Amino acid sequence: MKRLKIALAGKPNSGKSSLFNQLTGLNQKIGNFPGVTVDKKIGFCHLDKETIAEIIDLPGIYSLYPRSLDEKIVTEIFSDRRNSDFPNIVILVADATNLQSSLLLLTQLIDLRLPTVLVLNMVDLAAKSGQSIDLKALEKQLDLRIVLVNARSGQGIQELKDILLQPPTLSSRSIYSIDKEMLPAVEKVKERFKLESEYEAYQYLQQVENLGFLSADEKSFIRETAKTNDFFQGKYQGAETILRYQFIQDLLHKVLLKNAGSEWKKFSYQMDKVLTHKIWGYLIFLGILFLIFQSIFAWAQKPMDYIDTQFANLSNSLNKVFPEGPLFDLITQGIVPGIGGIIIFVPQIAILFGFIAILEESGYMSRVVFLMDKIMRKFGMSGKSVVPLISGWACAIPAIMATRTIENWKDRIITIFVTPLMSCSARLPVFAILVALIIPDTTLFGFFNYQGLVLMGLYLLGFTAALLSALVMKWLVQSREKSFLIMELPTYRMPRWTNVGLMILEKTKTFVFEAGKVILAISIVLWGLASYGPSEDIQRGEDVIQNEIDQGLLHPLDREHRLQAYNLENSYAGKIGKAIEPLIRPLGYDWKIGIALITSFAAREVFVGTIATIYSVGNTEDQTTIKSRLKTEVNPETGGPRFTFASGLSLLVFYTFAMQCMSTLAIVKRETKGWKWPMLQLTYMTLLAYLSAFIIFQTLS
Amino acid sequence: MAKSVAEMAPGETAVISGFTDDPLSNKLLEMGFLPGSLIKFNFKAPLGDPICVSISGYDITLRIEEAAIITILN
Repeated sequence: MKRLKIALAGKPNSGKSSLFNQLTGLNQKIGNFPGVTVDKKIGFCHLDKETIAEIIDLPGIYSLYPRSLDEKIVTEIFSDRRNSDFPNIVILVADATNLQSSLLLLTQLIDLRLPTVLVLNMVDLAAKSGQSIDLKALEKQLDLRIVLVNARSGQGIQELKDILLQPPTLSSRSIYSIDKEMLPAVEKVKERFKLESEYEAYQYLQQVENLGFLSADEKSFIRETAKTNDFFQGKYQGAETILRYQFIQDLLHKVLLKNAGSEWKKFSYQMDKVLTHKIWGYLIFLGILFLIFQSIFAWAQKPMDYIDTQFANLSNSLNKVFPEGPLFDLITQGIVPGIGGIIIFVPQIAILFGFIAILEESGYMSRVVFLMDKIMRKFGMSGKSVVPLISGWACAIPAIMATRTIENWKDRIITIFVTPLMSCSARLPVFAILVALIIPDTTLFGFFNYQGLVLMGLYLLGFTAALLSALVMKWLVQSREKSFLIMELPTYRMPRWTNVGLMILEKTKTFVFEAGKVILAISIVLWGLASYGPSEDIQRGEDVIQNEIDQGLLHPLDREHRLQAYNLENSYAGKIGKAIEPLIRPLGYDWKIGIALITSFAAREVFVGTIATIYSVGNTEDQTTIKSRLKTEVNPETGGPRFTFASGLSLLVFYTFAMQCMSTLAIVKRETKGWKWPMLQLTYMTLLAYLSAFIIFQTLS
Repeated sequence: MAKSVAEMAPGETAVISGFTDDPLSNKLLEMGFLPGSLIKFNFKAPLGDPICVSISGYDITLRIEEAAIITILN
């Protein structure tokens, strides 16, 4: 079997991802580039029976001069022939409706002497626009092989595969001639690193700080060469771009038989009149948000219940099959529910990212950025922060990973910092049970359900806290780097459903594996803490309970539940819960709630299960049972109920603000490359949660 | 004082003459804001910023701040 490495390059919105999906289908995976947190999308494609192509989808760029981490990767791969991702062939994907800016990168690839195939994508749109091109002349002028493709319908894919199977060829053209005064330095670098082209050496000199693969020695050699030969970085960068565009304009002048009209964009402009209208634009956006919100809650409920039941059943049946023993307990009570606790969120995440994918595919998402940018800037973020914040309603993990599209460091850090304040799906089960407990199930004006209103209020509270925190950070975080927004507004198109499906799959996989491994690990640790305790205390359990039964305090039928509660109370988790009681009493909580706070550190929704166990409810499936049991719980100090309006609300607010999610911290650490931000976030959110809960409880009680 | 794209009105067309001295001018150049080419101001966002312009047949959104870097003749 022959293996080929093929890289897909091109500007954003050139349909690169559609082509990638066409070529690889379900044979995709996400990896990481060594040392950086940029997603590496690779996929496999059988070109024929004997040849497999490993296809890598590179981040979209306009030129080899990078402005973000994502973009830097492309420059590094293309200028390092020792790189394990260095391709045998590059496919330059050009948007046929916008050839001029698509070809800039191509001219650089030709000068780097990379074997390149030019794909003219979106030929259907180009035809619609009335553009006509002399393909043979273009092929001849560039000395490259060109394929016409419609990546959405699959037209031209087979032809592309056939061309990829042929031995790669180099274009004989050289487009940018390096200025004479730069040549001495360029020659020295080319000689020292045995480079293929002068332009590659020129790139080494131009952006030595961006090329991570060079050793410190090599870098200082390059810097020294630049210095002694009067090579000034960036001096000719503008001139280079202009020269390249001159070449492209000349070229297009020769090969374009008929220029594109503007008629075909009319529909898109009409859409924009409505969708970016000062009233309709925002109303429609709000409507879409409401729809997303509604679907996360309503449509995801059934599959979530189903998953919940399936895992409970699995746990139970394994329990019956396995003999007794700590290892089997670990599986049935630690690992299986731990995995269940991850899988249960898949429906919500899939639905949310389905929506986001549709909005992105259709071109609407860029309009959201356009509409929201000014508002978001007031809060120290950018229009591009909207998608991560919305995603935060489902889960902070994919949301934080979605901040990578934000070029500016400060905008991105603020977005990462405040995203976990958006109420994620793991908070919902906690909210649901507590709201049901302390808010009457009656309606305001016979129309608005009080419980619903409070629930909405909690989401708004999280959202407001996110915005206000961002506002504070805008003043606190210092950055010299200027924020900018320069982005293409693509024409509106029907989403391609395969692309939507593949994006759902990708995001869900990210969640399951990224969040999953942390949640699973923590749930096992917490299971251990909740199941084991100092042995003398545990051993006394039977006697204590027998005693209670003898004295008539406990019905013998409740023995099993009481024993579970006793064991949890005397476990290490129970000890910690009791130890922190003085700290949480001012918030209106006792040690039982303290245990729940601790066990829900891996995943917030564990709160419900822990509460059920600690109050010996037994059946954790039945919310009404938990609710009625919690209602009767007495606060020994006041003689009244434990869950009053004050303590319940205090707990709700605590859960809205607190950073009880190890996976989020792990992701923030990875994305910001250090412990500083996750630790600040943990401290800030815990303090915010504690103080808010404190104020609420103290003023209300 | 040369006029910039930031001072254009919706629907207006102009010719790009160059850039003020700004690190972003390279990025703008790369995206196709070429001196000598036509630029059309399409529309503003509802809150006045950012704006949408057309160059060589495609639409780009940028902030007023960035539009002010691009100088025009008209």
